[in-house]
Amino acid sequence: MKLQKATQFGLYAVLELARDPSRQLSAIEIADKYGISSNHLAKVLRDLGRAGLVDAVRGAGGGYRFSSNSKRVTLMDVINIFEDIGSEASGTSDLGDGTDIGRALLVIRNEIDEITQATFGSITLDTLLKTMRWQRDVI
Amino acid sequence: MYSEDRKFDIKLRPAEVDDLQKIIDLDTLVSGIEKKTYWEDRFDRLKSADSSHLIVAGSLDPKSPDEILGFIVGEVRAWEFGSRPCGWIFAIGVSPDYRVRGIGEKLFDAICESCKKDGANSIRTMIARRDQLNMSFFRAQGMMGGPFIELEKSLR
Repeated sequence: MKLQKATQFGLYAVLELARDPSRQLSAIEIADKYGISSNHLAKVLRDLGRAGLVDAVRGAGGGYRFSSNSKRVTLMDVINIFEDIGSEASGTSDLGDGTDIGRALLVIRNEIDEITQATFGSITLDTLLKTMRWQRDVI
Repeated sequence: MYSEDRKFDIKLRPAEVDDLQKIIDLDTLVSGIEKKTYWEDRFDRLKSADSSHLIVAGSLDPKSPDEILGFIVGEVRAWEFGSRPCGWIFAIGVSPDYRVRGIGEKLFDAICESCKKDGANSIRTMIARRDQLNMSFFRAQGMMGGPFIELEKSLR
């Protein structure tokens, strides 16, 4: 599945900051690491700040710091700030949805959406960071 | 075989016949469904199959020495649907009064160790899509989507 650019940037930023909650990073530092636009990332970081996931530290040497509980925040919580995944099949209706083939396809799309939501909703930031460490240790 | 952890006052050990009713009660409390016959069958299977495991977290508190704080049940199964020998976790439960103390994690580690000794190289379970509590728990232990997909059809 393809996530929107803002969602992807939001996940990068929040995970990068949650990796070490005592560390402050600027939008430029994070953007450079992931090769993404710092202007776009600055907007994303403001959204993450409004959602209470990061704190902006002002002044010289300022930046952003993770400010939430990585054992409680799931990937789905971050994704929901930027987009509503799964709503296409479960919420609005498309042309043809009322036909027999449209309804049958809708059932399949709902099945995929439910699995996607269950997966993102069950992985906390802490679990993802821990899984990365385990995978690194195996290699 | 199993470890003791006095910090949380628990002792991991294989279930004994006397634990049956306590496990039924705890499972009923955790799942909301009483499954007496199921647990009686599981206990019978423990006697007949070496690769079947039911591990309990018992209390080390002198005031309640017989209390069961948690349980995990599973076994190694092989070649169903072409799957190589693999440990299966059928159920896990921790008393709501003793959660977030690492008891589930210790039970999970213990059954992984038991299944590994029985020749399994991986461990598997099945969870309802909407069961976020258990899904998050197993994910936090490093479990991920595996190579099989569960399919079902209503027979009504």
